[in-house]
Amino acid sequence: MTIAPPGLRDAPAPRVAEATAPPPARRRGRGSARRRAAVAGAVFLLPSLVLFGYFAWWPIGRSVVLAFQRTNLVSPAEWVGTANFDALFADPLLPTAALNTLWFSVLSLAIGLPIPLLCAVLISELRRGGTLARVLSYLPVVVPPVVSVLLWKTFFNPGEGGVVNSLLGLVGIGPLPWLQSPELAMPSLVIVATWSGAGTAILIYLAALSGVPSEQYEAAELDGASVWQRVRFVTLPRLRGVILVLLLLQIIGALQVFTEPYVMTDGGPANATVTILLMIYRYAFLFGNYGVATALSVLLAGVLVVVSAVYLRVTRSWSTS
Amino acid sequence: MTATAPPTPIPTPVADPAPPASSSRRTATPRPERARSILSTFDWKRRSTRIGWRSMHTVLLVALVALGAVPLLWMVRAAISTTTDLVNRPLSLIPDPARWSNIVDAWNLLGIGQYLANTVGLVAGSWAVQLIVATTAGFALAIIRPFYGRIVYGGFLVTLFVPGTVTLIALYLTILDLPGLGISLADSWWAVWLPAGAHAFNILLVRQFFDEIPRELFEAAQIDGAGWFTIFWRIVLPLSKPILAVVSLLSIMTAWKDFLWPLIVLSDPATQPLAVALPRLAQNTDPAFLIAGLLIATIPPILIFLAFQRQIVSGIGFSGLKG
Repeated sequence: MTIAPPGLRDAPAPRVAEATAPPPARRRGRGSARRRAAVAGAVFLLPSLVLFGYFAWWPIGRSVVLAFQRTNLVSPAEWVGTANFDALFADPLLPTAALNTLWFSVLSLAIGLPIPLLCAVLISELRRGGTLARVLSYLPVVVPPVVSVLLWKTFFNPGEGGVVNSLLGLVGIGPLPWLQSPELAMPSLVIVATWSGAGTAILIYLAALSGVPSEQYEAAELDGASVWQRVRFVTLPRLRGVILVLLLLQIIGALQVFTEPYVMTDGGPANATVTILLMIYRYAFLFGNYGVATALSVLLAGVLVVVSAVYLRVTRSWSTS
Repeated sequence: MTATAPPTPIPTPVADPAPPASSSRRTATPRPERARSILSTFDWKRRSTRIGWRSMHTVLLVALVALGAVPLLWMVRAAISTTTDLVNRPLSLIPDPARWSNIVDAWNLLGIGQYLANTVGLVAGSWAVQLIVATTAGFALAIIRPFYGRIVYGGFLVTLFVPGTVTLIALYLTILDLPGLGISLADSWWAVWLPAGAHAFNILLVRQFFDEIPRELFEAAQIDGAGWFTIFWRIVLPLSKPILAVVSLLSIMTAWKDFLWPLIVLSDPATQPLAVALPRLAQNTDPAFLIAGLLIATIPPILIFLAFQRQIVSGIGFSGLKG
């Protein structure tokens, strides 16, 4: 099974015009075939062009404009220069939200990178029950995020019925105020996010693991490499590309975290779980301040573009190697 | 998460002449013919290695059951428990007494039936729109290949690198007042259905698949007088069941899990899906009822997953599913 980054390996064929020429039996000249293909192509592209126009390209362009405007949906939008950004940087919550989002990303990478990798290596060596292990590891991914968040909110319940605290009580820990303490709230969210996300990473690692040629293990073993040396010097280098890609995907995903803090803690306690996206949501839909909300979105986009550029470079060097 | 497309093994028509046979072949773990992996048969014969890996595997399976299955089983148990039972014995997986009426009560009191129907309607519409957009655009780009196709495809792909959250506000304002039409889609399911179609990853998957179909097929059909639509409907679509299955699974699972966008555009409770309604209901509901609602929202995607787990687990394009 080959893994290639979609969008990179499929450069459109350069001989587009030739390819659309009709079969020799009906050759009526290149020009008219080209025109007919252009018309037919336009007809088939109509649904996608309309939807992308309205719901992808227009909003992208409008985001850039909106960041420099003030609009309240009643009176016409007016240009305000960088006032939205000024208001944003004057908001004392912005550094808090940025640090919280960063903290969430660091924590979710610290757990979400090594654990799926370890699970995948172990699952790939299972001689029986491999399918069961795959299904079990992917089950939480299938649960709708809102359900997993509300379910874990019940688990973290600090009262008598709290599942997590009851479990910890069995080994003499706690009870801990999971969602009620500013220190533990963010780790709690990371636990939930990892629970619902790790299965995807495990399946992707497993696909990559099955692509490692067995001859390489054979050769390493003949050369006297121990099991862990084989993991270290054969498996991990072969997986390097996938690991890097998943790392960047996880960063991009983590920087946009919303459902967990919104449903579980609503940013609390004491703003300990306010994230960038939660701030965007509040600016727009609580305060009706669409300009400032968009300005923050554009800033987030800038960060994500940098991350995506790194991602592109990494995948390019990986796919050619 | 539309910023980036995760690595996806893409089925090809050439490799899969017969979809049903290929799907079973594709999904079967290549265990019997697999030569070896990290560990060799020789390693497994060594006592220390065997004991070490056996115990690691045991720990792994116990952990997977504890984290993958037990929370869901607990949800089933809690959904049919009394609130006092939940508080007194939170760690048990057996309800005492089992109160099956919870499910019925949650269904009636919380209006779960309505929200479930809304979810199904939203998912079905998003699925249909995504399928129409992806197949028509893929057909135009991969098979008709008009001279401007490359530019249009580039335009689609660019949107992959702009995460949906970044254009969230502008998209919302667009929904409120469609440029040039003066229509507002707010509180209508169209507000969820139509933007779902503007998803370049589907087009990319379908286009790559269509690209692999031998062009002789179309040329032969054209000699027989078939127009583009006949080729699309009678040749390309029947050949494309594997990729249509992938796009369908992707779009259905994503739409079922969607939260932020329906939360924003569907403020009228009568139009909301379960994902939006449940957090609101959670504010003031008997926990047992709420968990019954959570269970109802989880059963359909779990059933879809279990029905198609071979296709999904075997690593076919499951991507972008993470909220």
